[in-house]
Parts: sequence; structure tokens; C-alpha cells
Amino acid sequence: MSQPFRTEKGGRIDRAEELTFTFDGEELHGHAGDTLASALLANGVHLVGRSFKYHRPRGILTAGSEEPNALVGVYRKDDQTPNLRATQVELYDGLKAISQNRFPSLGFDVGAVNDLLSPLFPAGFYYKTFMWPKSFWDRVYEPIIRAAAGLGKPPKNPDHDSYGNLYAHCDVLIAGSGPSGLAAALAAAETGAKVILCDEQAEFGGSLLSESSATIDGKDPAVWVAEAIARLGAMDNVTLLPRTTAFGYFAHNFVALAERVTEHLADPDPRLPRERLWQVRAKEVVIAAGAIERPMVFPENDRPGILLADAGRTYLNRYGVKVGHKVLVATACDSAWQAAFDLADHGVEVVGIIDLRESPPESLVAIAAARGIRVEAGCVITSTLGRKRIKAALLGRLMTSGQVASGGQIECDALLMSGGWTPTVSLFSQSRGKVVWDAEAGAFVPGKSVQKERSTGAANGLYGLQASLADGYAAGEGAARAATGKSATITHSRTSGGEAGSGGTLGALPHDRNASRVKAFVDYQNDVTAKDVKLAVREGMQSIEHIKRYTTTGMATDQGRLSNMNALQIASGALDKPLTDVGLTTFRQPFTPTTFGLFAGVSRGDFFDPVRKTPSHDWVVAKGGLFEDVGQWKRAWYFPENGEDMHAAVERECRTVRKSVGLFDASTLGKIEVVGPDAAEFLERMYTNPWKKLAPGRCRYGLLLNDAGFITDDGVIGRLADDRFHVTTTTGGAPSVFATMEDYLQTEWPDLDVWITSTTDQYAVAAVQGPKAREVIAPFIEGIDLSAEALPHMSVREATFCGVPCRLFRISFTGELGFEINVSRRHGKMMWDTLAGEIAKHDGVAYGTEAMHVLRAEKGYIIIGQDTDGTVTPQDAGMTWAIGKKKFDFVGKRGLERPDLKAENRKQLVGLLTKDPKIKLEEGAQVTTLENPATGTPAEGHVTSSYFSPALDRSIALAIVKNGHALEGKALYVPMPEGSIPVEVTGTVFYDKEGARLDV
Amino acid sequence: MLLIYCPYCEIERAETEFRCGGEAHIARPSDPEKTTDDDWVEFLYMRSNTKGIAAERWRHIHGCGRFFNAVRDTVSDEFLKIYKTGEAKPDLEALAREAGK
Ligand SMILES: [Zn+2]
Repeated sequence: MSQPFRTEKGGRIDRAEELTFTFDGEELHGHAGDTLASALLANGVHLVGRSFKYHRPRGILTAGSEEPNALVGVYRKDDQTPNLRATQVELYDGLKAISQNRFPSLGFDVGAVNDLLSPLFPAGFYYKTFMWPKSFWDRVYEPIIRAAAGLGKPPKNPDHDSYGNLYAHCDVLIAGSGPSGLAAALAAAETGAKVILCDEQAEFGGSLLSESSATIDGKDPAVWVAEAIARLGAMDNVTLLPRTTAFGYFAHNFVALAERVTEHLADPDPRLPRERLWQVRAKEVVIAAGAIERPMVFPENDRPGILLADAGRTYLNRYGVKVGHKVLVATACDSAWQAAFDLADHGVEVVGIIDLRESPPESLVAIAAARGIRVEAGCVITSTLGRKRIKAALLGRLMTSGQVASGGQIECDALLMSGGWTPTVSLFSQSRGKVVWDAEAGAFVPGKSVQKERSTGAANGLYGLQASLADGYAAGEGAARAATGKSATITHSRTSGGEAGSGGTLGALPHDRNASRVKAFVDYQNDVTAKDVKLAVREGMQSIEHIKRYTTTGMATDQGRLSNMNALQIASGALDKPLTDVGLTTFRQPFTPTTFGLFAGVSRGDFFDPVRKTPSHDWVVAKGGLFEDVGQWKRAWYFPENGEDMHAAVERECRTVRKSVGLFDASTLGKIEVVGPDAAEFLERMYTNPWKKLAPGRCRYGLLLNDAGFITDDGVIGRLADDRFHVTTTTGGAPSVFATMEDYLQTEWPDLDVWITSTTDQYAVAAVQGPKAREVIAPFIEGIDLSAEALPHMSVREATFCGVPCRLFRISFTGELGFEINVSRRHGKMMWDTLAGEIAKHDGVAYGTEAMHVLRAEKGYIIIGQDTDGTVTPQDAGMTWAIGKKKFDFVGKRGLERPDLKAENRKQLVGLLTKDPKIKLEEGAQVTTLENPATGTPAEGHVTSSYFSPALDRSIALAIVKNGHALEGKALYVPMPEGSIPVEVTGTVFYDKEGARLDV
Repeated sequence: MLLIYCPYCEIERAETEFRCGGEAHIARPSDPEKTTDDDWVEFLYMRSNTKGIAAERWRHIHGCGRFFNAVRDTVSDEFLKIYKTGEAKPDLEALAREAGK
């Protein structure tokens, strides 16, 4: 099939293997080894997208990952991945790609009206336009901005691909495999150091793959690359990772790599991941990221058909593609001349070399003359023509006056430009190194290393093939020696040709046009022009960070790798400050856009967050119970029967517990075993309560504060022996209480002889609560007397349950006679099934967390974190009874003595009863003294817990209210949108105030 | 992600195994009752929040569980010294000089 812009020969594509692909539905052909970009260009397709803001037609600009224009969607498995850079998408048979940001079609796009309306879209447009009225923010402005913003459309389906994750350690990690990266790899590998060499491209070699005018050791550079890679590949100490981007440099030489494993394959093995995240810890890092060419900022520098000169050369030499049949070259430096020469040597008509410089090197001028190429020195491009493809450029001649004189028109179908080279310092910047200005290189280059890394070659502002190789060898040797202490010598290759060029320019170029009417693009992807940068300065932006955000220059996916230097120069001119004083913005991770899938890895679906299940889980599922998520735990919430709603089910569960008996899975409670000669002393210091005189076999409610004096956790603690306590914590507080105990034990009281062990997962716990609780458990408990006399409330015993050892607590979180039985976790299901069977015989129920909450609220038992919020003291909560006043010290004791914690007007925990018993307050609702306070009146407090109480047949609530304890019996209000609700302040215990029901 | 040496396990491990415990060498007053309100507030809340060389507590929470102390440059994240709980606070200025900071 015809590919009209394919060269006759040359390039690294496989001409024998023809591939078919579609772009916006049109069937086209390319070859194995092509990228989507090179294949499109081979077919003469330059127009590949519409720009972000003005919807201007855009073509392929580069041949690398910095591509700002050629963002496409690629279909795979019935969905499309948006915003892939066509320059990085490898061609395979059947590839289906679409253009983006156009409607209805790429050729005719209604959004292009924005280009005509562009005077309405200056820098800071969004800030200026979408400001007032505030009520428009959510409903009017945001939908407009969202509809207009973004390029590709997100995929419709969940990501069907899998992603891998690998950890790796190495002595030397080398990012980039151009001349200096390869030389570094060869030198480091020779020492025996463990080396990882990665490159974002499909093939190793970087610029060497498109180098036509030089040789290494007398060979074609690409052949030298192949030999070097073969040699490295044969070494056990070397890992070669092509298609792998070092996208993040983090602390302590931790570098994240994204390996694209299957996306380039037409029919990949389904077992392979799409991408693999390598988390590499390198002793030394060599950054060989190269340099990228800068666009020239002249009017209409964004027409399809305008490419960077080196990209044109890469398409020619590496992919066998001519960017046009009549090519114009505009440059400010030597390197672009070689692109012109290579094109001419392939029979392309080069219609001119326009060099900004007054006197380009004689040697180049001579070569051009020999090829019959027109050379215009001291000239610039002042305009380009052609809407969907460049068809001509206007020339401007620089006058000594500083003015530009018209220099005529040149017809062309492609324009290659080069404003010089910018070292890729992104990874260095990510490593927290600061760049420094190198006047000779005309660029910011890496300064002092902060981490164990070194930049080499073009990434360090060093050009020329021989120099890059030499610098690479030195970097590899140096890194290996620093990492391992070993060194080795290898024969350094000799080169001929590939000398470093000179020249380069920064900023906007002069022209003879009306400056307010032309668009000379600085940032292609974000549609930022030279004029926008100047406007930002005029409107008061002084810092480059502000200019960046105001204009959005450098905020596209390439983070300004193409645009920053030009923008900086323009800003520097507008601010009348030296470029180095304006400063460079910081490059951040990731180097190139990275998929969410890569970060998520296998942490998706069931693996997103572990689920913790209790022993009753399957039983609850079988009974149709509903679950509540409490942290990672699944806890039974309530058990609806016969179509009950939640309210009815909870009411039935509560009534049954108070009338007969209920069974509750309390396995999620935190448990800590505190053991040792000083165990009692340790608890004495940790908790507010006294522990030393607690007899073995007895329990006590424990209240835990922080040293500021605020309540942080609570739980029942049982003394099993003189030197052994079984501590329980709240479900959510288990890890933090354990960590706090460890902290005090290890760092404040290392003198105490105590061991603490988290036993939360070791025990399954069943709570049996209600008047018939004793009858329910009695058949299964052996070894102890369960009578009220032998086992009073707040006791603990070791016994057996169905023959397996258990710890039996007689405690209650319901106000009823209650037992909590702890058995080894593996016997939990047996215990649950046994008790569930037994309660049925006693008209009992299994109840969930909702009923548990109601039952405890009826008794005024607080839930830490619900009725307290980190600023509540025991006094505030009405729990001074829990404080051991005679104790010398405990965590929080001194804090409680601070004046603020003893001050008047503290918020205190109280009960609230609505005047209308049917009204249930909303948790979180504000409490006020006035029925209808004026807007802005501070609340006196808020409702913390609110339920309908079946036992009282009315609503009940707990609240934190200013001076609440003194307000008992007084009326307050809870203002709601439907009207203020009058309430009466009460004590916190609503049911069985004397506790008679516990005492049976 | 930091790479941290545990002085008890005597091995380097990834940061995910550890938890930072804030500034080191802030002792809880041994006789709280005799401590003034201001001193207690100092102990509870006041931290130096150093930009530069700082001593901080770390716990090998998913390893041996032990607390230890480390001197870290909070700008570069470089660890200058790691030592066990109970050992004296090193001379931070001397450490900074040694490291050429
Ligand atoms: Zn350890």
C-alpha cells in the first residue's frame, strides 16, 4: 500500500511486515517498528488533534514523550484509553486510534470558533470571568469549565487490565540509554555492580538510533548500540528494562519505574499485566535523560507540518519517514542543519535554511551550498500560512535597527525548527537538587547533588558524541565505585563525527506584525502564547510561580519541558530582570503521565482494603442480617425479620434483650494482655482508675486519657492473676491504645517489668445479655460457679466452654445481666453456633450494633469518639468517679489540673429529652438557649447520640452542652429547618438508674 | 520512601515498616504535680519543628516494635545518626558540621 512519505530505504522499521491500523476510522498502513506518529506521517497525516483552548488544528511536533499535540485515544478490548502520546504508541496490526478534542470531526470542529474569539480568552481568563455571582460557581461556571476542559474522554468501563508490582535493589540505576547512558551502563556493569538500565523508548539507544553522520568504533551508531545491548544482556548483574520510564525520584534513592509490558502488542498473553511498577532502591543513580529541543516562538508556530528539527531527523533516519516533500528549516543553532542535510540526502527538497544568527558556521554554509540549499542568515519566520497543514512561511530579515523587514514568502509543506536544546533536569529536580545556570550551555543544568545521583551527557548540558560517551563512562565507573567500592577498566569506544554544535535562542522572536493580533505559542498543550506571558506580568504577576498559574504555561502533562525556558525568557524581558533572577519552577513526579492502575496495582476490588470478619459472619449472612463497616471490620448491624425495616428490627432486638436474652458478637473489641510483676503498676499509670487493689477474678471499667487530660479510650479490664490483666479497648482504638502503651512503657517507664501483647485476633467474644443470660450459658460452662454470689457483676473467671478453655467475664454494656465469653478464635464459630441455638430456646435474639447502641444509650454508657471528640475530660463526661484521686500519677492527671480544663463554661455531657417524646433529634444538631436565635449565634453544644428507646417508649439523646451539668431540668432548643425543637436537660442515665437489673 | 536502619534489628528496612514518633528527647516530667502549668504545656505541645538537623523518635512498628531515635536532616531526609532509646542526645551541631551541612 502506498505510504507517500516513506523513504525508499533506511530506518529501523521492518519493511517486510506491513501493519494495518485506523485513525478516526480511516484505514492506513505502516510497518513493524513504527510508532503511531511515524506511521501517520508516512501517510502524510500531520493534523492529529485540536488544541486545548482555541481548538486550533495541531500536528505532531516531536518524536518523544514530551509531545504536546499528538494525544490520541487508542481502543483496546472495547474501550479506549485517552491522551496517549502518538509518539510513544507503538504500531501493531489492527491498532485503532482516534483524535481528541474535536466535534463533530477533526477536519471541521465547531470549537474552533474559540480561535476567532480569542481576544475574549486572555491569560487569567478563568479567574476574571468565572468570579461572580458566587451562586454561579457550582451550577453554571463549573459545568461550563468542565465541558470545555480536558482533551480525551475517559474510558467508560472499569479498567479490565491488571498491573504488576516489583521491588528491586541495585547498585547503579541508569535512567536513559543514549550515548552517555549506555556508556555508563557498560562501565558500571564491568565492575560487577548490580545494574538496572531503563529507557522510556521501545528500543535502547536514544539519539544514537537516528544518528547518521557519525560512527563509533568505525560502525554505524545503531550497530554499536546493538552490540552494547547484547553484551549487557549477557551479564547476570544487569537488568535491561526497555519501555520503562523512571517517572519518580523520591527520598533515599527510591526511584519508581513504569514498565509498559503489553500495550504495544496486538495480542498479548492475558496473564501479563498491562504495566509493571518497579520500586527500585538504588545505591547510586545515573541520570542520562538527555536533552530536548526547544520550539521557536514565532507567530503561528503551531500549524500542522511544523515539527522540531530533531524530530524530523528522527522520523527520517529511524523510521524512514519524510516529514514533507518541500521542507523549510528554521533554526538558531547548528544541529538543525544536519536535519536539512539528511533530508536533502534522501531526496527531499529543502527549500531553505533560515538561521536567526547573522553568521552561521562557515562549514555548515559550505555543506548547504554543496547541496544547493538556500541559506538565509539573520532571518526569522514572521508568519505561516495554511490552516490544516502549513503551505508557506513568511520571512523576516533582522535589521541593525532591531526592526524586522519583510523578506518574502517561501512555499513549503513542512517546517522544521530548532531554538536550541534544553537538558532534561526533571529527575534531578525531583531528587530535590537545585539547577544552576550554565551560561555557556545557555541552559539550567543540575547543580549540587542532594542525593546519591549524578547527571551525565546532555542531561548535564554536555553535547557531542565523543564527549557524551566519555562523560558516560566516567559516570558509570564513578557510580559503581561509590556503590560497591569496586572498579574496572573497559576499552572506551572512539567516535568520528557527531561534534557538538553551537547556538540557540530563548524567548519570543521579533517580527513585523501587530503584536496584539498574532499568536506565537509558548506552551502548545495549554495554548499559552508569548502575549499571555507578557500580559500576566503587566497584570502584576512577579514570580514565575504566579505567572505559571495565571497563564497555565508549563502546567500541561510535559510540565513545561518544551515551554519553560521560552516562557522564562519572555517573563524575564517583561519584568526587566535577569533570567536567573526570575527562577525556574520545580519539576515534580511523575515525569510523564502515569496510569492510576500502575499505582493501584493489585489493590483493587477485594484487595483494596482488607475485610475483617468475625466468627458469626457466615451465620449473619445466612440469617439475612445487615452489616455495618467499622474500620475494616464487618459487624452485624441488625437482623430484620419478616420484612421489618431497621427501626422495627432494632426495636424488637432491644425489647427482647431486656425481656429475655440477646446474643451479640463482640469479637472486634480490642484486647491487650498485660503481664509481669509490674503489670498493676503499669495500668495504674496508664488508666485513671486504681488497679493495685483490684483482686484477681474482678474487673473494673478503665478510662484512658492522653497527657493533655482528654478521654481517648475506655474498656473493661479484668485481673486474672496478680501479674496478669486482660484489657479490652474500643474496636477502633485497639491499635492506637496498644501503640500508646508501648510508647510509655518503652520510652517513659523502661524500669517497669511488663510485657504487653495485642490479643484482639486471638479471641472470639460472644456477649450474652439479658435476664436469661445465665440460663443460656450455664449448660456449656464448666469449672466455675455461675451463681450471683460466686460470680458477681464485674467478675472474670477462667473456665471451659463446651470443653475448650474460655475467659468468662460477667460484665454488661446493656444494663442487663450479662456475660462475655472469650474463646480461642478458632473455636469462635462453634461458640456462636452453640449459643445461637440456645438463645432460640429462651425466646432470645441475636442483636446487632444498632441495638447495642440503643441499649447502651438508655444506660448512659458513652461511646468514645461519638459522645466524646478529643476535647472531653472525665469531669465533662460526668465520670470523675473513674479517677483514682489518691494516685501519685497517671497519664492525663497533670493535664486535668490545667486552668483551662477546670474553667467554667466547659461543655459537659448531658441527657436531652424532647418535650414531644415522638420526636427524635438528629445527631450533630446544634443546641441553643433561645428558641430561634439570630443567625450567627454560637451554639451551646450539639447532640452526640440520639435514638428511639423501646424501653422508655420515647426518644432519648445525649449531648455536649456548655455548663450542661448545671442546666439539669432546664429547657433548651434544637433549631432545625422545620422549626425549633424544645428539649429538657436531664442526667445521662435514662433507664434503671439504680442498676438493679445488673444485680441478679 | 525513606530507608531506615533499625538499631535493634540491625538492618535497613523501608519506611512503611516504621512510624515516626515526633521530636525526640522530650521527657515527661517525672513529678507532674510539681510541674508548673507552663512547663506542662511546653511538654505537651511545644515542638521545635526544625528545618534542618533534628532528632526524632521512630518506632519499628511492623518489625521488632522498638522505639529508637534518629537524627535526620528534614530538608534532605538524610539520616545522620541512629541510636537506641536511652542513649544521650548527640551534639546536633557537630553532626551537621561532620556532614558538611
Ligand atoms: Zn527493628
